[in-house]
Formats: sequence, structure tokens, C-alpha cells
Amino acid sequence: MAFHLRPDAPELPDFSMLKRLARDQLIYLLEQLPGKKDLFIEADLMSPLDRIASVSILKQHEVDKLYKVEINKPVLSSSEQLCFLVRPRIKNMRYIAHLVNTDKLAGRTRKYKVIFSPQKFYACEMVLEEEGIYGDVSCDEWAFSLLPLDVDLLSMELPEFFRDYFLEGDQRWINTVAQALHLLSTLYGSFPNCYGIGRCAKMSYELWRTLEEEEEGETKSRRPEIGHIFFLDRDMDFVTALCSQVVYEGLVDDTFRIKCGSVDFGPEVTSSDKSLKVLLNAEDKVFSEIRNEHFSNVFGFLSQKARNLQAQYDRRRGMDIKQMKNFVSQELKGLKQEHRLLSLHIGACESIMKKKTKQDFQELIKTEHGLLEGFSLRESTSYIEEHIDRQVSPIESLRLMCLLSITENGLIPKDYRSLKTQYLQSYGPEHLLTFSNLRRAGLLTEQAPGDTLTAMESKVSKLVTDKAAGKITDAFSSLAKRSNFRAISKKLNLDYKAELTLAQRQPFAL
Amino acid sequence: MSRTKGDEEEYWNSSKFKAFTFDDEDDELSQLKESKRAVNSLRDFVDDGDDDDDLERVNWSGEPVGSISWTIKETAGNSGPTQEGREPKNRNSFSYGQLPKPTSTYSLSSFFKGRTRLGSFQSLSDALSDTPAKSYAPELGRPKGEYRDYSNDWSLCDTVRRLRKGKVCSLERFRSLQDKLQLLEEAVSVHDGNVITAVLIFLKRTLSKEILFRELEVRQVALRHLIHFLKEIGDQKLLLELFRFLDRTEELALSHYREHLTIQDPDKRKEFLKTCVGLPFSAEDTAHIQDHYTLLERQIIIEANDRHLESAGQTEIFRKHPRKASILNMPLVTTLFYACFYHYSEPEGTFSSPINLKKTFKIPDKQYVLTALAARAKLRAWHDVDALFTTKNWLGYTKKRAPIGFHRVVEILHKNNAPVQILQEYVNLVEDVDMKLNLATKFKCHDVVIDTCRDLKDRQQLMAYRGKVDKGSAEEEKIDTILSSPQIRWKN
Repeated sequence: MAFHLRPDAPELPDFSMLKRLARDQLIYLLEQLPGKKDLFIEADLMSPLDRIASVSILKQHEVDKLYKVEINKPVLSSSEQLCFLVRPRIKNMRYIAHLVNTDKLAGRTRKYKVIFSPQKFYACEMVLEEEGIYGDVSCDEWAFSLLPLDVDLLSMELPEFFRDYFLEGDQRWINTVAQALHLLSTLYGSFPNCYGIGRCAKMSYELWRTLEEEEEGETKSRRPEIGHIFFLDRDMDFVTALCSQVVYEGLVDDTFRIKCGSVDFGPEVTSSDKSLKVLLNAEDKVFSEIRNEHFSNVFGFLSQKARNLQAQYDRRRGMDIKQMKNFVSQELKGLKQEHRLLSLHIGACESIMKKKTKQDFQELIKTEHGLLEGFSLRESTSYIEEHIDRQVSPIESLRLMCLLSITENGLIPKDYRSLKTQYLQSYGPEHLLTFSNLRRAGLLTEQAPGDTLTAMESKVSKLVTDKAAGKITDAFSSLAKRSNFRAISKKLNLDYKAELTLAQRQPFAL
Repeated sequence: MSRTKGDEEEYWNSSKFKAFTFDDEDDELSQLKESKRAVNSLRDFVDDGDDDDDLERVNWSGEPVGSISWTIKETAGNSGPTQEGREPKNRNSFSYGQLPKPTSTYSLSSFFKGRTRLGSFQSLSDALSDTPAKSYAPELGRPKGEYRDYSNDWSLCDTVRRLRKGKVCSLERFRSLQDKLQLLEEAVSVHDGNVITAVLIFLKRTLSKEILFRELEVRQVALRHLIHFLKEIGDQKLLLELFRFLDRTEELALSHYREHLTIQDPDKRKEFLKTCVGLPFSAEDTAHIQDHYTLLERQIIIEANDRHLESAGQTEIFRKHPRKASILNMPLVTTLFYACFYHYSEPEGTFSSPINLKKTFKIPDKQYVLTALAARAKLRAWHDVDALFTTKNWLGYTKKRAPIGFHRVVEILHKNNAPVQILQEYVNLVEDVDMKLNLATKFKCHDVVIDTCRDLKDRQQLMAYRGKVDKGSAEEEKIDTILSSPQIRWKN
């Protein structure tokens, strides 16, 4: 994000403390197993770990080799001490159990430590017990819940949250959210004003309050650095996440995939034969100027900057020795840095443009506009149909269908059936399951006949029993969802033509 | 046995069978509570069951406590002031514990009275010499605070709180159904999914599935957690039973169908899919499942056949374009593409003929033409492409028609590096003039541009285009001819 500060805005809190805390905690845990050890890391945790503790720090604490946890692949480590840094998922438990039991059968005993991030779940313990290895491994928790990605952006790096909560209705991560909030309020003062919308928001808030109340008296009363906090459930606004990104940062993510605030630029971008991993945040001066700009402006901007840079270099022609010395010591480094960044971003732009023209980006945007504003519905639907027929991209086809469904309060049954059939034919019959999941999550639904407001109201009134409290909440929230996207748009004066609202996708951040 | 008042006091204040006296002061209550817990935990070692001879409790008259004779005496003696009957009346309300007044904080052995035991406990009780009574409890030198962690007797709220903090907490004491359900409700009110799942794990272990299902049917949040948990641990059997119980036929069907993804062997998968066809899907979904089965069946046949052909090395198409991957488990459209690529000219009767696929799976014309076009264009078989779009009208004239829009056709041809003449022919067929011009310009179909500009009477554009063609080329000449033609009434 990195908004441009207003002159009267207060200083941002120093979020680097979160990183230091997480790192120190991890180091402490690693040292609980003294001596050389091999570390197995789950794929999802590799990027966050990279941002928190580099390989050299790990090596300093006697981590010998690093491996990725790969289910169904044999483990090649020969170390006497194995350490696993994993999320509390059952499949990870089975992986570890398989390893330990194989060792046992081979008569080999090693030391095993499992570090759960961000916490251990009872279901995991149950599986460890079932597999007969509960006593053979030591378990710890690395309570890493917030990663600062930029000066003003924190992420929980929990991509599974969405599926677990919004699809399966599992509230397992709500405690993690509450813990993260608790950490923030401990470090930066308790937030005086809280607002929220959505069921998960409410539950997180309540659990967080419970935590705060339990530890009353331990928190010192300090001036809060964070004044307001807004809890928003993702399902209050799916549309934003479903639209194509059109600002520079978004397109970089689309094309190269930004992970934990950094991106891998391949040789075609770096104009050399090496790939480069680049940190994209407010410190990259070039990036911070173009990140939120619409892509059509970016190339022009960068070209202008390149020309300016050249002009600055050229200044040295007219310099005397003293000026030259000054130039070299003060400015050259900065210019070189800027030059390097510029050429990277220009290279990235070129890659993006190449990819997007190939993909017929213009038509895609046009269709999305149509869906958002509610015109040329039939055209949009045929575009989607064609998109599916041509097997362009399974994810993009779904994205468009979901956008259509949400903006129109569900697809008309005829379209739903026909698009579904075409999708299954183009991308595989097993996607029958995909459609079922999307329907459950409310992303791709069918308009039920007679689903007018009055019909919904009478349905709800029939459910007035205590035991059906859950059903009532569900009915009301689905009512809220069905409350016309268009009506909300109008009320909030969302203007898509100006493309101000085609905001970039955010990681699940709090 | 006669007793003095002092003895009586001693008895009441140090016997295990102590009355709960309400005149205990408040600040002692917590001590008592904790002692109660301590005693409770001891009970676990000590009270190993009524038939444990070693730890038989006896009352003052020498009768073992809980024995029939004792009980009878108890009931009978409630009214009399006899010693034997002087058991506290409300003793029975404490199923687990008495609240002995702690005479020593570090040793609970002084709380116990009973028959002197020979053996290991003797020495321990001797060590604790300040009480005259013999004790049989083991030495417990641990500090007060620690008992808390080993005790089992947390209240409902405390249990759930401990669970939320991830602490060790045995749920065994929640034995009655009511207790279990209250525990579950408390867990749900806390919102923490980990706690809810922990409680469900316990309930799954200690309740029959019918009772569990029945109770969860009306508790949506807990139900969702159980379903997710069962999915995660892979307890497919119980999951399906649950869905059956809840009458969620569609989820039952989908859950069963989902299993096919774990079956790698194609024949086994095919057999499995066959069993899925009869599941309670909706009508459309049943058709999809049926198609899935039929498709895999076909693919197995085609794959076997083609692999044989390929290895025999006699078929030209396989020699020129060796297969990069197996056709198994590919989507229908990909299979169709494959058929159009490798088996285009086959008659309708074979399994691998594209027409056969079209008929069997009711592939719409649009999709068929698109796919066939892509395949034939890739092979640069322009005649086949031609034939796709050529139809004879009733007068016997041939005409070109396409269900997909000729602009699409042009794009696909261009992607496959079709020669300009071919491209040109199809660009000309694009109906929308602007689009035609755009495409012609994009793909350098000079003649089309020139002709179109002429038709539009757009001099400016024609002149601008002149700069784009090669100097001295036939196109340049053509443009010049047209520009100088007096017959055209230019717009601009």
C-alpha cells in the first residue's frame, strides 16, 4: 500500500518489532534442540520464514540442511536430529509419523522436534497419539502471527483461512486472529475504536476481547498508536477480489506472483542471464511512485524518469574536478541504484505488456466493466462462454463466472447449467466438485425461482426457534449478500469508469 | 467404642468422612476447594474401585465403607447419636469429595484414617508422625500449586478456557450426556474452532454415533466442525454415515464421488465411476457423472489403441507428431482436439473419431468447429479448414459459414502461422467492417485493407496505409491506381 502521508498524520508505528519478536522466538525454539539439526519446512512457510530469519541466521543456530516438506516423497536426511516447522495440519502429522515409524522399524532412533506455526491443534495431537509417536517427538509452538510486508502493511500469511472458514465453516483460525490482535494491542496500545462487519469479524472481536479481559492488569496503559480498527469479512465484498488488476503492483502480482512482498524477476526482465529476487516495498523509490498507478500511465512515467536519469548522468560532462568528486561521492550511488531499479521495472512492464496483449486483455477488461456496471449482459455471458470454449485459463474462466454471479445475484438457471456443462467439458469433469464448493461459498450460485425478497422473508420467519439460531444468521447473511450489488454500488457512488475502485488485491491482512 | 468429646472433635476434624460445615470462612474456601481437588486426584490412585482390598476404607466400627452392612447401619443410624451412625448426613451428596480441614499443607496423609496397612505405606505413615492415626496415602510432597495442574476437576468454563490456551485437559469427567452437551455449547460460545474440534474428538470417542449425530443435527456450528474434521482425518465411512443420517443426499454423493481423485489406476477409476452413477445426484449432475464415466472408458480404449499404433511405427501422423502425453483423464475438449489431430478422417463408427465424440457427448457445433479448426490449423491442413466452413446452400452454391465468428477463425489461423492468402480469405469474411479493417491491418492483409478503404471511400486512410506497404510492391501500385481513379467519390 504505502499511502502518501498527509502532513498532519501521526507517525506509523514501528512494525519491525513484530519481525524481531518472531525471529527471536524461533531462535529460542531451535536452541531447545541443541546441536546440529536438519530443518524441514512446509512450503507455505518458506516465504514468510525468508522474511523473518535468513538462512545464515538459521545456520548460526546449528541448522545444518534445509528441506521442504513434501508428502509422498522419501526423506533423505541423515541427520540425528530432525526439526519440522509446519502448520498444524493432519497431513503434516501423518508425514512426520510416517518418517518416525519408518525409523523405528529400521531400528533407528533420532530426535524429532515439531514446531507448529502459529499454534498446535488438538486434532494434531490426536493423530500423533494415534500413530504412536506422541512420546517420540517434542512439540512446540512458534506463535508467529503477523508479518510486516511494508511500512504500513501486515499480513498473517494464512492463505488457508479463506477455505477453512468461508467454505468449510471451521473456526480454527479465529483464535490466531485474536492472538494477533492481542499482540498488536500489547505492543502498540489497545485500540480505542473498533468497527466491524461480518460474522467472522464479530467472533474474532469477541474472542479478542475475552483475551484482553483475561490479561487485564498485565497490559500497561499506554497511549495507543493505532486509533481505529475495522474488521471486514472477505465475503462482504468478493467483487473487488474478483476484478482484474490494472495498477502496476497488481499486474506484477498477476504476471510474476508477489510472495510475502518480494518477487522473482526472470532473465527476460533483468536483461541478464540470471533471475533476481526483488523486495517490493516503500523502500524501492521507483516502485513506490508507480505501484498504485494505472498501468497505462506507468510506461510513460518510467520513460520520463529514464530520460531524467540520463540527463543527470549527462551533467557530469560539464563538471570540474571538485564538482565531479562531489557527484561521485554523493549522487552517483543513488543514481546507479535508481538506474538499476528503473531498468528492472521497465523490463517488468515489457513482460506484462507482452503477456497481456497476447491474452486479449482489453476485451477482458471491457467485459468486466460491463458486468460491474450492469450493461451488455448477454455479450458478457457469451464472452465468458467463449473464454471457456477456448480453454484460456481455468481460474480466469471461474473468476469471470463468479463476477457475473455476484453482480447479478446468481446466474439464471439456463446460463448456470450451460456454462457449467461447458466448463466441465473444457477443463475436466472432476470440476463438478469445484462448482459444488463455489456454490457453498456463495461465489457461484444459481438464482432460485421465486427468490424474491418476500419469499426470503417468509423463509426466515419460519425458522424462529432457538436451535435454528445458526440458520437464521445464515439466512440473514445470505439476505445481505443478495442485497443487490448494484444497489450498494449506487449508494456508495462507486464509479467504475474512473477505475478508482479496481483496487489491487490484498493478502488477507489485518 | 466410647469416645470423649475430644475424640469426637478429632474424629470430625480429621476423619476422611467429614461434614461440610458451612461455618468455614470464606478465605478458606479456596483452600478447601483446592484441597478438594487434591483429594480428588488422590482418589484416583487411592480409590481404585470398591473391590480393591488394599485400600478398603473402614469406619470406626470396623466395617468397610460402602459395604452393604455399613449402608444399612448408616440409614438406620441417622437418627441415633451412636458413633456408628454419626456419619455426616449429607455425605452422600459428595460423590467425589470431602473437605477435610487441612492440618498440614504438605501432607495429605494426615487426612486419611483407616485400617493400618502393612507394607509400603507403613513407613510413609510413620514418617508423618504428627497424627496418631495411621494413614495409607502415599507421600505427596509436592507444593499446593502443582495439584492444580494434575487435577481433573475444572469447572465447565475453566475447562474450556484451558483448552483455548492449549493446556492439557482431560475431558473424561464429562460423562453424562448433559455435561457433554453443555461442554460443547460452552466451546461453541467461545468461537475457537480448535476447542470445538477438541470437544468433538472427545464426544466422538465417548458417544455412539447415533446419539452424536442426533445432537449435532441441531447444532450447526459444531456440525460443520465435525464434518471438516472427518474430511481431514479421512474417516470417509463415518462421514458418509453422517450425511446419510442428515439426509444430505447431494453432499453424500459428492463426498463419495470425490474419492475417485485418489484412485490412480485408470481401470479401477473407471469402475469406481461406474458405481458413482447411481448416487443421489441432481439430474444434471448425474448426466455429468455419466459423461465422466463414458469419457474415461473411451480414453482407455483410445489410449491403448494409439499406444499400440505409435509403437508399431507405421502410422504417419504419429511419426511426424509423436504424442507428448497420455489422453487419460484429460477433459473432453482436449480429447476432442486429440481426436481431430490424430484421427480426423476416421469414419463415425470408431471410438476415436471426432464425429463419434461429438455425437456421444452432444458437443455443440460452436465448440466442435473451434476445436477442429485449432487442430487442423496446427497441422496446416488448410483444405480441412476450408471444408469445415463450406456448406452448400439449396441452390448448390457453396458458401462459407461459421458458428463462431470469423474474427475468431482468423485469430486461430494467425496463431498457427497460416499463410497470408489463407488469412486474407477469412478476414474478408468478417462482417463487421471496423473489425475487418482492424484485423486486416494487424495481420498485414494488404488487399483486404485496400479494398475495404475503397469500399468505405476513405481516402485518408488509404493514403496513410500506402506508407505501410513495401515500396514498389504490387499493393502500392494498386493503391495508386485506386487513388487516381476518377470514378470513386471520396469521402475525405
